[in-house]
Amino acid sequence: MSVLTAIPLVLKSRQLTTLRGRILLALSIALIITLIFSAGIGAVEIAPMRVLELLATPPWSAAWDSIANEDIQQAMVLWNIRLPRLGLGILTGASLAVSGAAMQALLRNPLAEPSLVGVSGGAAVFAAIGIVLGGSWMAALHAVIGEFALPAFAFIGSLGVTVFIFAIATRQGRTSVALMLLAGIAIGSLCIALIGLLTFVATDVQMRTLNFWSLGSLGAATWPMVGMVACLSGTSVAILLRQTGALNTLALGEVQAQLLGVSMRRLNRICITCIAMSVGAVVSVTGIIGFVGLVAPHLVRLAFGPDQRLLMPASAFVGAILVLLSDLLARSIAIPVEIPVGIITALLGVPFFLALLFRMRSRIGL
Amino acid sequence: MLEISNISLSIGRRSLVENISFNVQPGELVAICGPNGAGKSSLMRLLSGELKPTQGNVSWHGTQLAEWNLLALARHRALLQQRCEVSFDYTAMEVILLGRHPHHQGATRAIDVKVAELALAEVDASHLAGQIYTTLSGGEQARVHMARVLAQIWESSDAPRLLLLDEPTAALDPRQQHRILSIAREWAQKGDVAVVAIVHDLNLAALYADRIALLKDGRLQIIDSVQAVVTPEAVETCFDLPCVLLEHPDGGTPVMVARRGLGNP
Repeated sequence: MSVLTAIPLVLKSRQLTTLRGRILLALSIALIITLIFSAGIGAVEIAPMRVLELLATPPWSAAWDSIANEDIQQAMVLWNIRLPRLGLGILTGASLAVSGAAMQALLRNPLAEPSLVGVSGGAAVFAAIGIVLGGSWMAALHAVIGEFALPAFAFIGSLGVTVFIFAIATRQGRTSVALMLLAGIAIGSLCIALIGLLTFVATDVQMRTLNFWSLGSLGAATWPMVGMVACLSGTSVAILLRQTGALNTLALGEVQAQLLGVSMRRLNRICITCIAMSVGAVVSVTGIIGFVGLVAPHLVRLAFGPDQRLLMPASAFVGAILVLLSDLLARSIAIPVEIPVGIITALLGVPFFLALLFRMRSRIGL
Repeated sequence: MLEISNISLSIGRRSLVENISFNVQPGELVAICGPNGAGKSSLMRLLSGELKPTQGNVSWHGTQLAEWNLLALARHRALLQQRCEVSFDYTAMEVILLGRHPHHQGATRAIDVKVAELALAEVDASHLAGQIYTTLSGGEQARVHMARVLAQIWESSDAPRLLLLDEPTAALDPRQQHRILSIAREWAQKGDVAVVAIVHDLNLAALYADRIALLKDGRLQIIDSVQAVVTPEAVETCFDLPCVLLEHPDGGTPVMVARRGLGNP
């Protein structure tokens, strides 16, 4: 249009992009600092500078052999215990936060969260079924796909619940927050009951695993686990982050999103699968760590607004930082006892949830 | 050209739209009027492609709506819905930029921001740009949505554009009602824009429309020029309300007024 070409183009959108870049850069720096500090805290203390030095000498490098004898314990702790745990923490926080943000955009309300609506519960139940009742099946599956056997089970549960929640909460393009939350309560209770039921047929070892699931913990982290979650959740999160533009249009409702050229069927399918996959993978190794998907996007929205293009990547960083800090608290407030991290995130998250509920009380309705 | 041929829509046993056919040319504004429950909104949902007709078909620029590429159609056709809630605290500017999605698909360009600013100015709402949409009054929200819809089809391109308005004046005061409809009129006069608007107030429709379609019980009663439609007989059969035609003191289109005492028993 002639009017448009006559006016010199303002650089506003480029400024927006650089602003987005700066915020994400700042958050990633915050994440790295959190990582370095929490890597040093625990039963074996390592100073932050020492953490950096040890990070520069990985076990596969020649420098590893030259580490002094009195330092080798620190190096072992860092590389074999702390780092896989922190890696799993970052992946967990990022996947739960991004999945939460995506669910909130799809269901058009800020209360949708994987653990609240039962998606994490579904994943935990199926993973538990895999462990307790899987028997020789599970063993065979494990022989073929190794670390991926458990998340495969969990995925069935998380996908089933996600599809169910979407089916029950949305009708003719509108979402009922009340129905979503009520269905979530029902599914949540069912999952607790089922896991409880499984404890009666479980062996002692299995029972410990089951307990840890219902509360959530990063304590069992190993490198292969981190690799598996990085593969599954990493891919899902990457795909979800590509949908941000389309998810934005959903703020106007499904009808308008469709009229704006977004294929809702396709978007729903992609997002539901990715949410189920990333939550399933995480839950299969950490158990239910709740509220991260609620708190992280909410904090980002408060600080930088609702634009999904910034909200989702920023939530990934904030979620990772939240989980790292919660885990730090979980393993350091009652040394030598370790509190499940899920308890900490619930203690932090419930007030947030109630505050949100209070603000939305006029809009929820039954 | 928007071609509507023999479309019917029934949901369950209920028939909402029955066998409607008419065409809308780029350059004209067609107003759809009719009593409540006449099927106006259902017809609009069929025209936008949100619903598929159970019979017949709707085509735009020679291609059936269902055959169009979603994104390409989105650049040429925009719909202002009656109710449009925005979830989350987007600013008015961000809401309008969402309307530019078919053009930028998430990567907002400088030109999109420029168009959004021009669209806001078009509805006299530049001062609302930075405000949170959900905190705006009903009338302000309606104007922001009008701006969003205009921004969506702002550029003229190879194909003509289609502007669909479902009761654009519902939440507005009289001055704003006239402003919005005169914008719709100006857009129709650009020549490559076809405008279809549901207007509740027949007098308002008569002032701005080129043609008026009267709907009753899902059927098209009449579609013709304003002069031919705005007659006491046509209005009485359609709205079941005895009317009298008055001459407007400023000349031009006549004004319709309900007979005293006859409409309410």
